[in-house]
Amino acid sequence: MTERMDAAAPADAPGGDLKLLMDVLAAAPRADIEACVEVLGDLPEAVPVRGPETGLVMVRGRIGGDGAPFNLGEAAVTRASVRLADGSVGHAYALGQDRAKASLSARLAAAWVQGDLRSEIETLVRDPLMAARAAEVSQVKREAAATKVEFFTMVRGDD
Amino acid sequence: MYVAVKGGEAAIANAHRLLGDRRRGNRDLPSITLDQLVGQLSLAVDRVMAEASLYAPHLAALAVKQARGDMIEAIFLLRAYRTTLPRFGASLPVETGEMVAERRVSATFKDLPGGQVLGPTFDYTHRLLDPELAGDGEVDAALVSETDGDPLMRVTDILAHEDIIESSRGAAGDTPLPEEPSGDLTREPLEFPMQRDQRLQALARGDEGFLLSLGYSTQRGYGRTHPFVGEIRMGEVEVELDVPELGFAVSLGTIKVTECQMVTQFAGSAKAPPQFTRGYGLVFGQSERKAMSMALVDRALRADEFGEDRLAPAQDEEFVISHSDNVQATGFVEHLKLPHYVDFQAELDLVRRMRGEFEAREAADLETDNASREAAE
Repeated sequence: MTERMDAAAPADAPGGDLKLLMDVLAAAPRADIEACVEVLGDLPEAVPVRGPETGLVMVRGRIGGDGAPFNLGEAAVTRASVRLADGSVGHAYALGQDRAKASLSARLAAAWVQGDLRSEIETLVRDPLMAARAAEVSQVKREAAATKVEFFTMVRGDD
Repeated sequence: MYVAVKGGEAAIANAHRLLGDRRRGNRDLPSITLDQLVGQLSLAVDRVMAEASLYAPHLAALAVKQARGDMIEAIFLLRAYRTTLPRFGASLPVETGEMVAERRVSATFKDLPGGQVLGPTFDYTHRLLDPELAGDGEVDAALVSETDGDPLMRVTDILAHEDIIESSRGAAGDTPLPEEPSGDLTREPLEFPMQRDQRLQALARGDEGFLLSLGYSTQRGYGRTHPFVGEIRMGEVEVELDVPELGFAVSLGTIKVTECQMVTQFAGSAKAPPQFTRGYGLVFGQSERKAMSMALVDRALRADEFGEDRLAPAQDEEFVISHSDNVQATGFVEHLKLPHYVDFQAELDLVRRMRGEFEAREAADLETDNASREAAE
């Protein structure tokens, strides 16, 4: 099995807190990120290093769900990398074709790497987006749970 | 074969303008939006993504709109678009066992852990047209009920504990899995025989109708495998990509997929004990019919692995895989309507010549007959 992390991944896992921030940004709608950045205030000036650009990622599955990998099909992915004046670099990768989201996410990642705004980014951007995503997932699970079949056994009498 | 012809530019331009006009339809009605298509014709969008082999809901919706709802045309458009994009890499394999499932049912175990979760299904509806949907009435929100939220256990794992179902890791259950697929159909031409992973790539983007019919044919006896739906699950899985400049994998977000584990019969052989075997289907989006059909055909195509005679169409790898791609199929069928004037002119000359020879021969035969009759008299 591949080593995987979910939103509750410990900070000492590969990528740690930076991975957590990037994962959260990738899953969030742009409007939600923008709303959080509004609260956060100005981000440091950044220059583009690469992109934003849209390309493909070949999505793989496993045969039988747990066997050898196979190519399922591609997905559209947009990425961006930016650099701050002090040389800090931020990257963003997310499904979809939203270039503005990729640029904004990369700027947030760069600012987080640079460090001055790290705790503000975590409390004002990452945590609310994570909570929103968790609520969305919980809603999906609870809606599914309402459609769970409760069986009862019919007893067939002889008379 | 067809040859290049010149002319008709004005007619083509006007035809495309007419197409645009007809596509827009009545201007008194609002133009349909991509968000409406993604939100309300989501299964059509899903099918386009699956068979175009490109997960991109808004682009698929645009393709559906541009194609006026012609699904294969939409698939063609999206497939063509994907060739314009660079590839950033390949994801880690998605873990369907960790899916946030909207639906999970099993036809083999009633009381499986996590239960039968029906989700947004057409099953058990009466298939009566609902006149209320013709209007824009209020629709009730979904109900919710509390849940521990744990990922649902796989049915194949339940059977695996008793060792009566084949393992994905070989007969002893301990064969190491390869890191990479054996090939990629989008990069290398088809070559037969194929590895199973490449067949699954082809089937995942194969035409739903074609695979449905082939799967059906196995049920009707053309390559029978006695299938049961071990499990169907549909929901979102995370896509992770190893990013070299970072040195670790990041999540790109989630995609919706449908997975089908078909459990099929195997009587055993001289070497292997009787055991259930498996057919596998995995498809972009919510597409249960396609996932089930894919699993049936995957299992049928494994005939050689189990020493089964390959007699039925669904067991013929070259036949199935060569004809499963509807973009290829429609390209070759539809090219017949392009100008074949020169070709046909040659055929016409040939038929006229043969016909002339035939008539000359007939006339000669008639003369001989008459001559011999006169001689007899």
